[in-house]
Amino acid sequence: MILQINNLRSIVIAGCLIPLLWLFIDIAFDNLGSNSVQALHIRLGDWSLRFLCLTLAVTPIQIITKWRGLADYRQLLGLYAFFYGTLHVLAYLLIDHGLIWHMISIDIIESPYIWLGLLSYIIVFLLALTSSKWAKKRMGKNWKRLHRFIYLAAIAAVMHYFWQLKGNLAEPFFYSIIAFLLLSFRILVWIKNRQLKKIMILKDRRTMVLPEEPDKITETIHNSTEH
Amino acid sequence: MIIKSKKEIPASEITDPLIFRERRNIIKAALATMAAAVVDIPPTLADDNNSVWANLPKGDFPDDLLKPTPAESVKNYTNYYELALNKQDSTQLAQNLRTDSWAVEISGEVEKPGNYYLEDILRQQTLQEYVYRFRCVEGWSMVVPWVGFPLAKLLRMVKPLSSARFVKFTAVYQPDTMPRQHNNAMLEWPYVEGLRIDEAMHPLTILAVGMYGDILPKQNGAPLRLIVPWKYGFKSIKAVVKIELLKKPPVTSWTQFAPSEYGFYSNVNPAVAHPRWSQNSERQLGSSFFTPRRKTELFNGYGEQVASLYSDMDLRHFF
Repeated sequence: MILQINNLRSIVIAGCLIPLLWLFIDIAFDNLGSNSVQALHIRLGDWSLRFLCLTLAVTPIQIITKWRGLADYRQLLGLYAFFYGTLHVLAYLLIDHGLIWHMISIDIIESPYIWLGLLSYIIVFLLALTSSKWAKKRMGKNWKRLHRFIYLAAIAAVMHYFWQLKGNLAEPFFYSIIAFLLLSFRILVWIKNRQLKKIMILKDRRTMVLPEEPDKITETIHNSTEH
Repeated sequence: MIIKSKKEIPASEITDPLIFRERRNIIKAALATMAAAVVDIPPTLADDNNSVWANLPKGDFPDDLLKPTPAESVKNYTNYYELALNKQDSTQLAQNLRTDSWAVEISGEVEKPGNYYLEDILRQQTLQEYVYRFRCVEGWSMVVPWVGFPLAKLLRMVKPLSSARFVKFTAVYQPDTMPRQHNNAMLEWPYVEGLRIDEAMHPLTILAVGMYGDILPKQNGAPLRLIVPWKYGFKSIKAVVKIELLKKPPVTSWTQFAPSEYGFYSNVNPAVAHPRWSQNSERQLGSSFFTPRRKTELFNGYGEQVASLYSDMDLRHFF
């Protein structure tokens, strides 16, 4: 059983590297088109955003499908969002700008769409830095507060995508819908929890509650608010 | 108008009449093919090594330092929103366009308005090769050897009146072959662009019918497009069907779409950023992973020729 789980984990770890392998193949066979540097850069950004969306989708999918094991992969998916995000940033600095800092600084100062990307990356960076169990224990309640910023990171990343385009808005529109759905799911859960809490308080006041019942409710709340 | 330039046309660049006549025959032959081309002209004609216009004389401002971008990169990276919102799909989609027996309507403030067949227009023009930098507002650039003639020569033929202050260009409206036009996507169709009359009469401004020694591929604006090398690429309207000389500036498509982002002038200027992104540098098409971006030049490097057109203007305000 343990071996099986570990196997699955290794498959997921390796599977998340397929986009990178695919990119290397496209580079080797010159498949990136006329503007290959931009294609490479955008591909990496795309995968960072996709992993960010997947990370956010873990809890909703878990609640809907009641598939508990999925939560074990949240950290991994988040780290991959960070991994591709880092490659995206490195491609920008190293390949597109050849580390010419003068050019880079003007570009960043004059391009609001990059500010959003930078904000998103800083958040994901901090989350990756504090993603270990050790950090989670040490930070206590602040950990959850910090990690809620993943929503801001997702919104900023989608806007970063939108703002750089002159025309084709189909893809960023797709991601905005995904981000919107994931966010609204969380808001719905939050509203439901508030109602449950209210019911609990009412029940506490009025009658002696059977011991199993509040436990059950607390458990649901605990599960659904967990990230 | 006198344009002062250090670069003069050397005598060697002036076409020998014999070559000139021969070239005319080639053009006629080419146009005959175009007219007969119910069968599509393959987009990769240049690769066959028997190009239509080999060794044309260079245009007015030759720059030997400019190295053309590989033709394949230019042919497969086009913003043709009438066809597709990405830059690859238009290569295929454009092949459905009907470009045979093309005519251009010239009207407005001119002595000789009319509907002119492209064939007749070309019969009066000497084609030359113009190797120009092309800078897109999106931050990428290329160097293209266009085949064409100065717009001024066509305009002089129809004799603009003194009241003509602006020139409006309208692109083809063919919704049955242009899927995005059919869907009314993005912009108001047909696409419209405009120039001030002195910009239109400037010898750098050309109408192109070819590139890389061949007929213009359909996705690159066949059969006739404008090229204004010191302005962002969207000013260089493709598939022109109408040229109007006006008293007042026309409302151009991108300005109408987002007036705060795309101005009437849209001169290449690294110091004036787009509201959402910097214009300080550009990625050259076909460049390798080890070549950093190129610093963008004021007026795309054509300041020597065109800066005087804007000498009394605040380029930040008239962006």
